[in-house]
Amino acid sequence: MRKISLSIISIFAGLLSVFSQDAADSTASYKSKKLTLEEINIVSSYYHQDGNNSAVTGGIGTEKLSDYANIIDVKLNKYSKRNLKHTIGLEIGVDHFTSASSDNVSPNTGTNASSSNVDSKDTRIYPAINWQVENEKKGTSYGVGVSYSHEFDYQSFGGNFIFAKKFRNNNSEFSGKIQGYIDQLKLVYPAELIPISAASSAGDGHHHDDDDDHEGRGGDSKYPTRLRNTISASLTYSHVVNKNIQLAFIAEAVYQNGYLGLPFHRVYFNNDSVQVEKLPSNRFKIPLAIRGSFFIGDRFIIRAYYRFYYDTWNLTSNTISIETPIKITPFISISPFYRFYEQRNINYFAPYKQHLITDEFYTSNYDLAKFNSHFVGAGMRFAPPNGVFKRKHFSMVEIRYGYYRKNIGLQAHIVSLNLKFK
Amino acid sequence: MKPNKILVGIFLIITATCINACTVVKEYEKNKLNDAEMQLSSRKVEKTETSFESYREGSSGANGGKSGGGCGCN
Repeated sequence: MRKISLSIISIFAGLLSVFSQDAADSTASYKSKKLTLEEINIVSSYYHQDGNNSAVTGGIGTEKLSDYANIIDVKLNKYSKRNLKHTIGLEIGVDHFTSASSDNVSPNTGTNASSSNVDSKDTRIYPAINWQVENEKKGTSYGVGVSYSHEFDYQSFGGNFIFAKKFRNNNSEFSGKIQGYIDQLKLVYPAELIPISAASSAGDGHHHDDDDDHEGRGGDSKYPTRLRNTISASLTYSHVVNKNIQLAFIAEAVYQNGYLGLPFHRVYFNNDSVQVEKLPSNRFKIPLAIRGSFFIGDRFIIRAYYRFYYDTWNLTSNTISIETPIKITPFISISPFYRFYEQRNINYFAPYKQHLITDEFYTSNYDLAKFNSHFVGAGMRFAPPNGVFKRKHFSMVEIRYGYYRKNIGLQAHIVSLNLKFK
Repeated sequence: MKPNKILVGIFLIITATCINACTVVKEYEKNKLNDAEMQLSSRKVEKTETSFESYREGSSGANGGKSGGGCGCN
């Protein structure tokens, strides 16, 4: 963790030194044929939660978790000879988290295969790169991107393709995005639930599998692995209503197959037996959303969002959020926000010791239970025209705090900081 | 009628009304629309909030974040 923190500080210091030199003057009409830095965003967050419904211990037990997240996002652009704007986005994120429930995957053991590397601390690293080409004259753009994510028991390879078309004098835009992920999970079982075939790691690496997804051994041959595949398609139509109002309509379809549970989630049945959670190997999700921004007078903005969600595990949810940035001056604003969320449980959820041994699928993961939540907080944004601390390229700083509470006991706090350089 | 059907109905009515009630706004009239806090997507500072919501809630997507894949979340 210390190395990661030092690396991030070094990158940050390096960026400041780059910006200590003034860039060459440019005119509004000049379009650089050289690769130019458009902006850099650094986002750091601290998240802490606590509750008593951990899925690791079958729906009871501590959910205490802390996460430190740091993301650096760099955007570069250049114009080609045909005046096409090429934008390259580079992003790298590092999360370091500590989880009390991870200690309960295999408590008081250290010799079996599944517990020896399960730590209450872990780090996730997730780089991504995107390339987009825009024809400003025609109002069209398209792009591709790839992403990767790695943590101890999970790695993911992702790809995406996007396209967009502006029309009505740039007052409307239609865009689409197709994303795919191939994820690989290491099967880290609780010590008492390791399947015999998985425990014998010297064997052929496969145990009896009644699902239709494939199982094998990943790079770390100690653990069998399973795949989780996701493909999603989203369509967004954004629209300028008048000089003060704009709206966006978002429809998405997501299909997942493979191993959709987690191997260290226990389920206790009503006859006192215990198993690893078992969920169907397919899930189809449909989220539909509308987002609106309204400028009222010269100082008030209302940002509103509503989402309806349905999936084939019979989970339905509604999300409503509202944020009201208030401009204290043209360059300083305060943004209180509130979000309400409610969901119906999936078909396969039951609390601790309430599942029947005859159930085909079962989980006691309270994130899939029936609940509602409130998320409330405020942000402050400072973007002076001559730069933050009069540093010309340090264009914006924003800090935001939120308090999250579920009606089933979980509470969380999150603080985020965004620094923007241009 | 179930509450969800009512909400979907409201969603469709708002959509149809807004699409039909628009005027063409010229570029020089867009100073308020171009304000950073008017943008129609999640802001950078909300990025980790979107991530934790997708971990702690059963639904995800249509919000600029991931909708499954890429993490051990839903």
